[in-house]
Amino acid sequence: MKEIKKINSIEELKSTIKDQTLFRQAEQKAVLFVSAGTCGQARGSLKVIEALEKEITAQNLKEKVLVKVTGCHGFCEAEPNIIIQPHNIFYQHVEPKHAKDIISETILNNTVIDALLYTDPISKDSIPKEADIGFYKKQKRIVMGDNALIDPTDILDYMSVNGYSSLSKILDEKTPEAVIETMQKSGLRGRGGAGFPTGKKWAFSRQAKGNPKYIICNADEGDPGAYMDRSLMEGNPHRVLEGMIIGAYAIGAEEGYIYIRDEYPLALQNITKALESAEQMGLLGKNILGTDFNLQLHISKGAGAFVCGEETALIASIEGKIGEPRQRPPYPAVRGLWKRPTNINNVETWATVPVIFANGADWFSNIGTDGSKGTKIFSLVGKINNTGLVEVPMGITLREVIYDIGGGIPEGKEFKAVQTGGPSGGCLPKEHLDLPIDYDSLFQAGSIMGSGGMIVMDENTCMVDVAKYFLNFLRDESCGKCLSCREGTQRMWEIVSSITEGSGKDSDLDLLGQLANAVKDASMCALGQTAANPVLSTIRYFKDEYLAHIRDNKCPAAVCKDLIQYSIISENCTGCLACIKPCPQVAIKGELKQIHILDQNKCIKCGACFEVCNFNAINVE
Amino acid sequence: MNVETHKVKTFMQKHDNQKRALISILQDIQAEFNYLPKEALQVVAETLEIPLIHIIGVATFYRSFSLEPRGEHQATVCMGTACHVRGGPKILEEFERRLGVESGTTTEDGQFTLETVACLGCCAIGPVVVVDGDYHAQTSIRKVESIIKKYKRKKS
Repeated sequence: MKEIKKINSIEELKSTIKDQTLFRQAEQKAVLFVSAGTCGQARGSLKVIEALEKEITAQNLKEKVLVKVTGCHGFCEAEPNIIIQPHNIFYQHVEPKHAKDIISETILNNTVIDALLYTDPISKDSIPKEADIGFYKKQKRIVMGDNALIDPTDILDYMSVNGYSSLSKILDEKTPEAVIETMQKSGLRGRGGAGFPTGKKWAFSRQAKGNPKYIICNADEGDPGAYMDRSLMEGNPHRVLEGMIIGAYAIGAEEGYIYIRDEYPLALQNITKALESAEQMGLLGKNILGTDFNLQLHISKGAGAFVCGEETALIASIEGKIGEPRQRPPYPAVRGLWKRPTNINNVETWATVPVIFANGADWFSNIGTDGSKGTKIFSLVGKINNTGLVEVPMGITLREVIYDIGGGIPEGKEFKAVQTGGPSGGCLPKEHLDLPIDYDSLFQAGSIMGSGGMIVMDENTCMVDVAKYFLNFLRDESCGKCLSCREGTQRMWEIVSSITEGSGKDSDLDLLGQLANAVKDASMCALGQTAANPVLSTIRYFKDEYLAHIRDNKCPAAVCKDLIQYSIISENCTGCLACIKPCPQVAIKGELKQIHILDQNKCIKCGACFEVCNFNAINVE
Repeated sequence: MNVETHKVKTFMQKHDNQKRALISILQDIQAEFNYLPKEALQVVAETLEIPLIHIIGVATFYRSFSLEPRGEHQATVCMGTACHVRGGPKILEEFERRLGVESGTTTEDGQFTLETVACLGCCAIGPVVVVDGDYHAQTSIRKVESIIKKYKRKKS
């Protein structure tokens, strides 16, 4: 680890950044960038790193080869993955046993190992370069891209990709008012869900009377299916900090908090380390870089409450209280933390700030659509070939994201819906695949952008079950303050549950519609106001599926337990015994090479036999 | 008293005995004792002059706190949307069946506490199960038994 020295002036920061960028350019070693975010580590990247280091030592190549442990590269499906420079090769699904070949063949011999290359799911071609992979081609990775280049625990490495240059430029040349003007001109809207113009928010906070003022980074990423904030904090925490420092300077705040989810241990570790390094270097603290600007940042750890992603609930939580939202206005910009003016932005918003100042407001606002500028990171997950975090310009269509970047639906199955916006969002059917993705068009179609979760569903996903899933989530996470939300989500869940159990009525759909409106109108915060979206959008686009449950007692996707039955297809059963042992009910009987028999009276529909059968001999319908 | 009062006091001192640090203090207590013992909460209530009922309110509002002792091993099954569409609920059912407990409770021998989480943010590798901080990617019904075995063995 390079030594961290305190930097005392803006000039000194500029020259440090210059030295670091030159240092990177002059790198003579071959570099292996290994992705080691939470997903990478879960897939064994730390063992790969260990094996590579061992091999490098064994071959005495420490002077020639460097292993760089980075955060998430975004292509989660390909974890653990490695980018090798200057060879410009992308290897996926790397295991420790490959270390020897990677060093001996690729690094020393310049030979590409075909088995580790990404194969296009459609053309079946092996692709050696990251940039040529369909997953990356249509992306515009202005916020996330550096994740793959830097060691997130090393502040100097961040500087080697021009990190903190926006801050140095601002402190040198711009007044706080000019910073806000640039932000307003850029057109950046909040990436946390509501999409409020960031520059405007900053202006309100700056103009608000009262001292001290605070800034908060909302890192309580709670939407199930969204994890771009985790990835940014793990992979490029200094970019988040740089954005916050710029924001604090613009608003006139001298203290701030990063409110981070308890479920993100690695993100917490990396952002904590980043904060310490920035303090040591004098980028945080008193008289930053010799100016009269002071800023102290603290980390506040969440305790597992979804509603704390709502800004007023989050503030209550930092204050040590129960995380219940309160009525707005007054907005936090006027009356926030400890009743003082407070500016809250989410992780992705803060991380976008330095990018805007590095390239200019015009450059940024040229990307995207009229009402939605710049790029947005989406987590493309569920029934999709190329799962991962994708950063795309606003205005790209759902089809481009799902098919060109995502590589379509696995196992040749049919696309059914895409869920955007988390529990506040909705499910969009294939008729909307050509919808351009921006704040306004998603809203008009009955969903929202939200924080960027994009969960793809195929023919085996039951839309009534999905609605039930979100209602269950919301009734669990409702803080209970507003009756409409507390009771309304519970009742809606009960009704949808009864439909999935085969005891629904036609009139239930109208009742759900009425309840949905009541919950929307009478609840105070966004959790309640949007709680009905998953139900309303599934009824709007998938009414047939509801009716199949209600009228025919059938779950077309074969998901709802009370409406399905498992059986053995005798023509396909080879009598291999594989399904007999996993069955917890001993409901399957049979001899080797004899067709097995499933006792319906014993079957609890757990799906264990379906999972183990290699011959498609278990039928579910 | 089976709770070491001085430890609880150190946690409060770390935060200058400030009321506003209540959640952080409770987090420290839970990290130390694996749950929030009543005696510890009483010490906090007396020292910080916060009514005990308020502390219990906070402790029960947030999901990560537990007023009951937790098992030696924490098994957490992700219930995120991506895990859900890939069969997360079936994994949870299998854990419940194998451990003989419902989600949110601890096995009789005190070995396992089974819990769910709204989303771990590792959606690409779902269904995900975390046991004692180790991530198990792409779990399936049949993998559940071996995951449990791995931790049971560790004990003996």
